[in-house]
Amino acid sequence: MKLTVNGQAHAISAAPGKRLLDTLREDLKLTGTKEGCGEGECGACTVLIDGEAVNSCLVPTCQAEGTKILTVEGLAQNPRWRKLQKAFLECNAAQCGICTPGMMLSACALPPQPTLQQIRVGLAGNLCRCTGYVKIYDAVKKALG
Amino acid sequence: MGQPATDRIEIVKPQSLRHAIDWLTSAAEDGSPLTLLAGGTDIYVLLNAGVPLQGRFLDLWGLTELRPAPVVSGGSLVFGALTTYTDCIRSALVQKHLPILVQASREVGGVQIQNRGTLGGNIGNGSPAGDSLPVLAAADAQVVLASVNGERTVPLTEFYSSYRKTVRRPYELIVRVEVPLAPLQKQKQIFRKVGTRAAQAISKVVMAAVGPQIAFGSVGPTVVRARKVEAYLREGGRSLAAAQRLLKQEIHPIDDVRSTGVYRLKVAQNLLAELGTLDAHK
Repeated sequence: MKLTVNGQAHAISAAPGKRLLDTLREDLKLTGTKEGCGEGECGACTVLIDGEAVNSCLVPTCQAEGTKILTVEGLAQNPRWRKLQKAFLECNAAQCGICTPGMMLSACALPPQPTLQQIRVGLAGNLCRCTGYVKIYDAVKKALG
Repeated sequence: MGQPATDRIEIVKPQSLRHAIDWLTSAAEDGSPLTLLAGGTDIYVLLNAGVPLQGRFLDLWGLTELRPAPVVSGGSLVFGALTTYTDCIRSALVQKHLPILVQASREVGGVQIQNRGTLGGNIGNGSPAGDSLPVLAAADAQVVLASVNGERTVPLTEFYSSYRKTVRRPYELIVRVEVPLAPLQKQKQIFRKVGTRAAQAISKVVMAAVGPQIAFGSVGPTVVRARKVEAYLREGGRSLAAAQRLLKQEIHPIDDVRSTGVYRLKVAQNLLAELGTLDAHK
């Protein structure tokens, strides 16, 4: 199967039903994408497929074939997303950090200059048990708002 | 740790709708029907939880024929089976004609689920808690099934024979959902989902109404239309208490992990007040 991840083309041989999450972590060694709940609720495994946020624990790799995938490892390539990473640091938006890659990826799918309400809705599928969300919203607003 | 179930399942990927139907037909003839896989938001939750799903899967996700933008055609609002919740939210036509479907779509999971979950998947999966189902049932939606024999249309309200059992034959595929526009005209639409939280919660009770047509989810083995209440409203009935008594005769919610039957019945009865046509003092 052919996947383009963070701008780089890969040809991989994986079972078609293998979760995209596992393909990224095991076959491509991109372990920045985390597994949380495994049922599409926590958003820790969020990546973008063709610009749309998905839970990679629920996506069979064969459904990602031929698409463009963005993971947390690809954020530093883009000045806009570098700004987002920097804002997460500056606003103390990460505590334990496990939700952070998914949070940032969901933020990447927001419309340009999102309002607080758009940020809240866009990040509703990402759970954080440390921060109380306020600092995460602050970071996204600072970087993209 | 052994190899995860998701690595072991067999998935076949058709090149076209025709190809998919041919595959379904031959698998059904062989007595080993294929399980349909759309956005995976239900099936992968089961696989991840270790539920042993047997047999082969037919991956429909790549079939662009099943994902045209919603259109108005032949007096109906027409959806391809792979229309996602995000597609519904973004569609100006859905916003205009069936705003409660937009509202329901916004309350399905987070954005990630809305991007992958499909109307055809929600219908085919047949969970009584499926959020789009009360909307589609209240709006008299028709499910179009295709097979090598052509197409047939089944009203959504007749699509379920019992809990998660549908009248879809193993060689048939849901290809479209059609919502007739005429009954929507000038009718107030209401959608209310009651869950533990506003976001990311599976419903305890859902109600959707298009004028006097009322459907409930999560209160029985399948989505249900409140026909007795509807008849009462059509006859000019205005007493909330009377409508609530009628509703009690036609829904029989159960206790489960998310709620109790008693609570669900009470909430469903209370939701009738939101129709705005019933008087609490009569």
